[in-house]
Amino acid sequence: MADENVKPGLFEKGGKLYWLHSSIDAFDTFLRVPGTVTRKGAHVRDAIDLKRVMIMVVIALVPAALFGMYNVGLQTSLTYGLGWGFFQMFWYGLLRMLPLFVVSYVVGLAIEFGSAQIRGEEVNEGYLVTGFLIPLIVPVDVPLWMLALAVAFSVIFVKEVFGGTGMNIWNPALVARAFLFFSYPSSMSGSSVWVSKTWVPALKGVDAVSAATPLAIAHDGGMAALSDAGYSFWDMFWGFIPGSTGETCVVAILLGAFILVWTGVASWKIMVSSVAGALLVGWLGNIGGATELPCYYQLVMGGFLFGSVFMATDPVTAAQTETGKWIYGFLIGALAVVVRLWNPGYMEGMMLAILLMNTFAPLIDHCVVTAHINRRLKKAQKA
Amino acid sequence: MSNHLELKKGLDIPLGGAAALKVHKTVKSGTIALKPTDFKGLVPRLLVKEGDAVLAGSPVYASKTDERILFTSPVSGVVEKIIRGEKRKLLAITVKADDVQKYADFPAQAPASADEFKNLLLNSGLWPCLVQRPYGVMANPDSSPKAIFISAFSTAPLAPDTEFTLGDRTKEIQAAVNALAHLAPVHISVKEEKSAFAKLENATIHVVKGKHPAGNVGVQISHISPILKGQTVWTVSLMHAAAIGRLILTGKVDMSRKVAVTGPLAPTAAYVETLPGEPVAELAAIPREVRVIGGDVLSGENLGRENWLGFFQDQITLVNEGTEREILGWAKPFRFNLHSSSMCYFSWLQKMFVPGKTFDMDTNLHGGPRAFVETKCFEDVTPMDIFPIYLIKACLAGDIDKMEKFGIYEVLPEDLALCDYVDPSKNDIQAIIQGGIDLMIKEMA
Repeated sequence: MADENVKPGLFEKGGKLYWLHSSIDAFDTFLRVPGTVTRKGAHVRDAIDLKRVMIMVVIALVPAALFGMYNVGLQTSLTYGLGWGFFQMFWYGLLRMLPLFVVSYVVGLAIEFGSAQIRGEEVNEGYLVTGFLIPLIVPVDVPLWMLALAVAFSVIFVKEVFGGTGMNIWNPALVARAFLFFSYPSSMSGSSVWVSKTWVPALKGVDAVSAATPLAIAHDGGMAALSDAGYSFWDMFWGFIPGSTGETCVVAILLGAFILVWTGVASWKIMVSSVAGALLVGWLGNIGGATELPCYYQLVMGGFLFGSVFMATDPVTAAQTETGKWIYGFLIGALAVVVRLWNPGYMEGMMLAILLMNTFAPLIDHCVVTAHINRRLKKAQKA
Repeated sequence: MSNHLELKKGLDIPLGGAAALKVHKTVKSGTIALKPTDFKGLVPRLLVKEGDAVLAGSPVYASKTDERILFTSPVSGVVEKIIRGEKRKLLAITVKADDVQKYADFPAQAPASADEFKNLLLNSGLWPCLVQRPYGVMANPDSSPKAIFISAFSTAPLAPDTEFTLGDRTKEIQAAVNALAHLAPVHISVKEEKSAFAKLENATIHVVKGKHPAGNVGVQISHISPILKGQTVWTVSLMHAAAIGRLILTGKVDMSRKVAVTGPLAPTAAYVETLPGEPVAELAAIPREVRVIGGDVLSGENLGRENWLGFFQDQITLVNEGTEREILGWAKPFRFNLHSSSMCYFSWLQKMFVPGKTFDMDTNLHGGPRAFVETKCFEDVTPMDIFPIYLIKACLAGDIDKMEKFGIYEVLPEDLALCDYVDPSKNDIQAIIQGGIDLMIKEMA
C-alpha cells in the first residue's frame, strides 16, 4: 500500500479516491516515516513519535500475554487431568487466544479507520494498545460476538465520540470489559468461565468443571478455603491460577512494569501509589477483621497488579499533574481493595476503581493546579 | 555579590556542527538590509527614499505608534532599494555601503540621567535592543520596569560562546550596565563564577547552572523576580549591551558582532565578524537543499537563502531538509543516526559509550501530528514553576483568565521551545504560545 504503487493523483487531493486518504496515509506512514519537515517552531525534532510510544506498551504486555497463553493450557490440563506437556499447553493457549486478538483488532481498527475517514484525520495509534489489552482482561472462553460488541461499544462511545486517542475520559479497554461484565455477567464471572475446554476433542460432552479464581474463593471462604483449593501465595505470585489471561503472573507483569517505567511511557508514581493504597486498605481490613488475608495477598490476586501497571497508568485518562498522579494512584488502590473487602456481591474492585478514578482525574488535577496557582501567587508577591 | 541558582530540568540537544572558537573571516558585502520584520508587532514609518544618503546611525524608519523610536542604518551609504511585500508591507530597506564608513555623531560620554540615556537610545536606533516582558515586544519608553535582565550566556543548541564573542568587550558592557542602572536595577546571569562577566559592577550577578533553557533570560527571570500582572521587566542581550556601551564610550553606532556559523551542514563552522543586515549567503557558502536558520535550531527564524542577518541574531544554523522517508523507522530497535531524549530509543546507550556524541539532525518531523498524549515530557524540559500542558491548553482555548493564572506573563515561545522538540504528538508548542501571547496583547490593549 506504500504510495509508489498508487498512481499519482488517485489518492491525492482532487483524486478520485482522495476520500480514502486517511486509510492510505495510515498504511503509508506505518511502513515509512512521513517525509514531512517542520514548518513552525523548533526546526529539528526528537525521533520519538506516538507509534513508538504505543509499540513500547505492546512490548511491555508481551510477557504477560505469553505467560497467559501457557496458563490457559495449564489450567485446562490441570482441571481436566489431561497431563499435557509445556508446548501442548502453550499451543492450546495460543490457539484459544488468537481469535480473541483477531476479533479485537479487526473490529476496533475497522471503526478507528472509519472514524478517521469521517474526520479526515490520520488514523491514531492508540488502538494498537487497546486492541492488545482487551483479550488479556477477559475470560478466555468469552464468545467472540460478545467481544466484538464490547469492542465496538467502547471504541465508538468511549473514544471516537470524544474525538479519538488523546481525548477520551475513560480507558477504552476497561470500558469494553465493564460492558461485558454488566451486559453478560454469566459469561464474565462465576466459577465456570475461567478454564476453557472448547476445542479439546477429548473433552467433548464432558461437563464443565468449575474452577473459581483465588479471589472468589478467598472472598467466600477466606484463607482456609484458599489453602483447601491448593492455592499458595507463590502460586498466585507466579500465576498458575485461573483468571483473565493476562492478569495472573506477577513476574510477567513486573517485567512489563519495568519496561514501561524505564522507557518513561507510564508513570511509576501511579504504580507505587496504587500499591500503597491497596496495602494500606488491605492492612486496615485485616486488622479490623474484614478479611483474614494478609494485605500483600491483595496485590497478587485478581486483576489488581495488571490494572495498576497497564490500565491506571494510561497517560490519557490518568491524572496529568505529578502530585495528582500520587493521589489518583493511591485512591485507585484503596478503592479497589475497599470494593473487594466490603462488597458482598462483586469481588473484583480494580476495574471499577480505575474507571471511577478516570472520571475524577480531571477534578484531582484541578485541585492540584489551583493550589499551585495560589502558592505561586503568594510566593511571587513576597519576592 | 552573587546568587546561585541550579536548575535540574532541561535538555541539551547534541546537535553536530559547533563553531570553532576562531574568527574565520570578516564579512563586508557592500550592501546591507534593514528589516522592520525583525521587531514583533512593529508598524514602521519610512523616513528615507531610494537614493538618500545615510550615515551609520542615522534614522531610516520609525515606529508608527511611537515616532520617538527610530531605527538607524548600521552603515553609511546610499539607500538602494525599498522592498515591499503583499499589501505594500515594508519588508526590507537595502543600503549600499560606502567604502569608508562615516558615523553620525552622538555624545561620547556616560549619560547622567535616565532621560538623557533614553534619548540617546531612541535617537541612535538602539532603543529596540530593549525587549519588554511579558510578551517579548519592544520596550515602551514611557513605562518603568521593575528590573532589567541580561543573560550573559546561552544554552541553546550551538549558541555562540559569549566568553569568546564578547569576553574582550567587558568595558563596553560595563558602560552599558552603568547607564541601564539609571532605568532600573540590573541583574546579570552568568554560567560560572570565573566568567568574564561575573566581575561586572553596578548589577546583581546570578550564577545560573543547568541544561538548556537555563541560559534563557525568561527562565532566569521566573526564578529571580517572577513577573506579576501589571509588572514589566526589560531584557537586553549581552551583544546589544556591548553595542550600547560602545555608543556611550565612542559616540558611534557600531553594531558589528561575531556571528557563529553553525550546524551539521556549515562548510566552515566558525565565527565571522559582521554587521546585522548582511546577506546570509555571504556569511557562509550554502550547500544544496539546506535550511538556513537565523538563530538556533529551536527558536530561530527560517531565513531562506535570499535573506539577511536579523537585528537580534548572532548565529546562523544550517541543517538538512529531512524529506527522505525511512522504512519502518518507528519500529526499528536501533536508529543510531537519530537522537531521542526518550528512553524508548537507545540514545542513552550511545551517550553512555560515546560521551559527547553529536547528531547531524535534519528538519524531519519524525512522525505525524496527534492529540496530546504524554504530559510529563513537557515538565521535564521546563525548569519553571508552571504547568506547561495547562498553559498550552489555555492558549489553545484562548482563555485569557487561565493563561494569566498559568503563567503567560513569564514565558516567551523560546522558553518552551524544548516542548516542541520532545513532544511525541508533534504539536507546534511555540506557535501555540505565540498565539496566546498575541491574543493577550490584543485583548489587553
